[in-house]
Amino acid sequence: MKLKLLFIFFILYTQSSFGIEKTINPNTIHKNLRCLVCQGQSISDSNSDFAQTIKLVVKDLIDEGKTEDEIYSFMSDKYGEWIVFKPQLNPQNSLLWILPYIALIFGGFIIFTLVKKRQ
Amino acid sequence: MRNTVKIIIFVIFFFIIGVFYISLTRETNYNTSSLINKEVPQFKIAYFDKNGFYTKQDLIKNNYTLINFWASWCGPCRIEHPILMKLSAENNLKILGINFKDKKELAGKFLKDLGNPYSFLLKDIEGKQSVSFGIYGIPESLLINNENIIIKKFVGPLSLDNYKEIKEMIN
Repeated sequence: MKLKLLFIFFILYTQSSFGIEKTINPNTIHKNLRCLVCQGQSISDSNSDFAQTIKLVVKDLIDEGKTEDEIYSFMSDKYGEWIVFKPQLNPQNSLLWILPYIALIFGGFIIFTLVKKRQ
Repeated sequence: MRNTVKIIIFVIFFFIIGVFYISLTRETNYNTSSLINKEVPQFKIAYFDKNGFYTKQDLIKNNYTLINFWASWCGPCRIEHPILMKLSAENNLKILGINFKDKKELAGKFLKDLGNPYSFLLKDIEGKQSVSFGIYGIPESLLINNENIIIKKFVGPLSLDNYKEIKEMIN
C-alpha cells in the first residue's frame, strides 16, 4: 500500500515538474524584449505596431516548442543583441556577468583581512 | 598596505570611467549589421493576387533581388515609389514587393495610381513574416544576390543615392 502511494506521488510529482518546465509565460519574454521604435519601453509596455507583431511571433515560437533562450536568440539574430534587455552570457558580455562575483569575493577578502588585522 | 589601497582605488576609478566612456560612446540605435552577409532566412509567403507561395528557393532564379516591404497606408512608401519604378527598368534586378499589414483593395489602388514596379508581389497580412527579415518599420528593402546572401539593407525610403548605390552593386 505504501509502495503504491509512493508510486502515485512520484508520477504526480514528475508530471507536475515537466508541466512547469514546458509552460513559458509570454509576458516574461515580452518584458525582456525592447520595443525598437519606442523610447525605453518593452514589448510588454508598448502598443506599437512593432510590439504587436513581435507578440504574435513570440506566441508562434512558443507554440512551436521553442525555449525562452531560443526565442531571445532568434530575436537577437534578427534585430541584434540590443533587442534583449537582459544581456546574454557570451564572451563579449562575460565581464558584465563575472565582475560582480569577482568584486564580491575581492571585497570579502579585503574585509576579512582588515578584521583579522584589527584583532 | 596604504599603497595597495591607493592602487585599488585608482583601478576602480579608471574602471568606472572606462565603463561610462564605453556606454556613452556605444551605438545604441538599431542597425542592420547583424543581417549583412547572412543568408536569407527560410520563408514561404503567399502571393498577393494569386494562389501559391513564393519561397527562398525561388530567389536563386534571379541575379539580384530587391525585397521591398511596403503598404498603401505608409507615407514614405509613396516617396520611394518613383525610385522603385526606376529600378524596375534594370535587367539585372527583380523587385520582390511584400505588402505589409494592408488591405488588398487599397494596395491595388496604390499600384494602379503610381505604377507597379514589382516582378513578384506577395502579402504579409499579420506582419509576422517581416520579423524573419529583421524589419521593424516600413519601408525597408533588402538587396540579395543569387547566392541568397543579404548584401545591403535599406531602412526608410530609398533615395536617389540609394538608387545609384544599388545600380553600382548590381552591374
